[in-house]
Amino acid sequence: MQKQAIFQSKLLPYALVAPQLAIVLIFFYWPAAQAVIQSFLLQDAFGLSTSFVWVDNYLDLFREPAYFEAIVRTFFFSFAIAVSSLSLALLLAVMADKPLRGGTIYRTLLIWPYAVAPPVVGVLWIFMLHPSLGVLSRYLRAAGIDWNPLLDGNQAATLIILAAAWKQISYNFLFFLAGLQSIPRSVIEAAAIDGARPMRRFWTVTFPLLSPTIFFLLVVNIVYAFFDTFGIIDTMTRGGPGKSTETLVYKVYTDGLLGGNLGGSAAQSVILMGIVIVLTGIQFRFVERKVTY
Amino acid sequence: MVEQEGFRRYIAHIILWIGIAIVAFPVYLAIIASTQDNALIANGQMSLLPGGHFLEVYYQTIFIGTSGSTREPVGNMMLNSLVMAMLIAVGKIAISIISAYAIVYFRFPFRMPIFWIIFITLMLPVEVRIYPTYKIVADLHMLDSYAGLSLPLIASATATLLFRQFFMTVPDELLEASRIDGAGPFRFFWDTLLPLSRTNMAALFVILFILGWNQYLWPLLITTRDDMQTIQIGIRKMITTTDALTEWPVVMATAVLAMLPPVFVVVAMQKLFVRGLVETEK
Repeated sequence: MQKQAIFQSKLLPYALVAPQLAIVLIFFYWPAAQAVIQSFLLQDAFGLSTSFVWVDNYLDLFREPAYFEAIVRTFFFSFAIAVSSLSLALLLAVMADKPLRGGTIYRTLLIWPYAVAPPVVGVLWIFMLHPSLGVLSRYLRAAGIDWNPLLDGNQAATLIILAAAWKQISYNFLFFLAGLQSIPRSVIEAAAIDGARPMRRFWTVTFPLLSPTIFFLLVVNIVYAFFDTFGIIDTMTRGGPGKSTETLVYKVYTDGLLGGNLGGSAAQSVILMGIVIVLTGIQFRFVERKVTY
Repeated sequence: MVEQEGFRRYIAHIILWIGIAIVAFPVYLAIIASTQDNALIANGQMSLLPGGHFLEVYYQTIFIGTSGSTREPVGNMMLNSLVMAMLIAVGKIAISIISAYAIVYFRFPFRMPIFWIIFITLMLPVEVRIYPTYKIVADLHMLDSYAGLSLPLIASATATLLFRQFFMTVPDELLEASRIDGAGPFRFFWDTLLPLSRTNMAALFVILFILGWNQYLWPLLITTRDDMQTIQIGIRKMITTTDALTEWPVVMATAVLAMLPPVFVVVAMQKLFVRGLVETEK
């Protein structure tokens, strides 16, 4: 698409794109290139000398069982977070899509967690389920569960997944609601006239029509679980106990900052970049603008 | 439709209220905890009803801070968060709208390469290039400054793409008409295009403000001075001490304060927020 009506000017357009370009080049391309270069270098413990080690950093990573575990863990977390928050959000959106009295009130009361920052989510949930002072922990103990996410890795992982999914409900809800509202009533009514009961109508008519939204949200949720859970993990478990809640992004952080392993950390960053590029690519390729509002 | 609608609606109301309860419970708990006595909470005896320390706790939180190692008052942290969020939102909108203007309304060499250079930045969040970006900000002596907090986060393409898309839908006749009136590129931008973009800008502002306010990893790395830290970082530091020393009422009051501005923005500007969200994700 090209505009027909345009201005003629030699320098002005460059002046207009200059600030954007400057910031993008300095804070985006330069560091991204640095990450790639760094990932091929090895620095000694004091940062005094660096040597070019080709792909050793990458090979080291894949030889490290902890890295492999972090990959599996991250994908498991993403899957668990996406499935739980998507299904709950879809249920709520289907309910809110009905012509109910007070519909906008419901919507308002459901969308605000979007605005809660990940570290705050972490603080809220650790407080609620803290082993010694958490209000809900009392009930868990009363139910005979030995609840201590600070010591038990599986429980810590469950806690992270719950908190991360909780925050994402509102986002998914909004997109599902928009998706549902774009389905023509006539299609559903036609199915009703054909004698399809509500459950059947949902699975044979609504759900397939909603599938682009579902797919779009799946990708967004995976990206969210990869990156935005950092604040939740950092406030709740710090990747522990052991390494039971250490995701890929968290590992980049700990290896680079605490471990001082810059080459390894950079190699991890580069792999992450690859993953994001693939995910974004999928999103663009398959979803494009099929999600309509 | 044809079935017993009344009954089904009844179920829908119940499910929605359960959903709202799930979503609201942790926050309810935080508000309650922020009005109670710390000793009571530390014993695991927290009541589910408001306590009597509301004013005391919030006064301490906003103006004094915890009595532990992080003495920074939360009022100051909120100010830092506010400045950072405003800089990110306004800065991003400003640089994006002018570059989109150049790309849509001018023909110049390297126009498309420049567009692609900007477009590609969509792909990578700051998290994956965090250390090199940190190093650059350090080299530029921007650690512990508002510029360091905001500039690296301004670098992203979404807003540019959005404005580009919107400008494409503006009819050519408008430009021709203002040309006949003798308007140059500045005049046209200022008098015609900006007023037309007002709702887009507002919608984008809502989203970007929340995004900026909620930043965590980046400020965690680049702020070393307590007086420069944002509220999201402050709250994390408050719970780093051993459990016995954590002042939970203050922590929860901080959590409530950290939630207030973005939640207020979402609720008050619901329409714009939904619009901005849906558009930025496209």
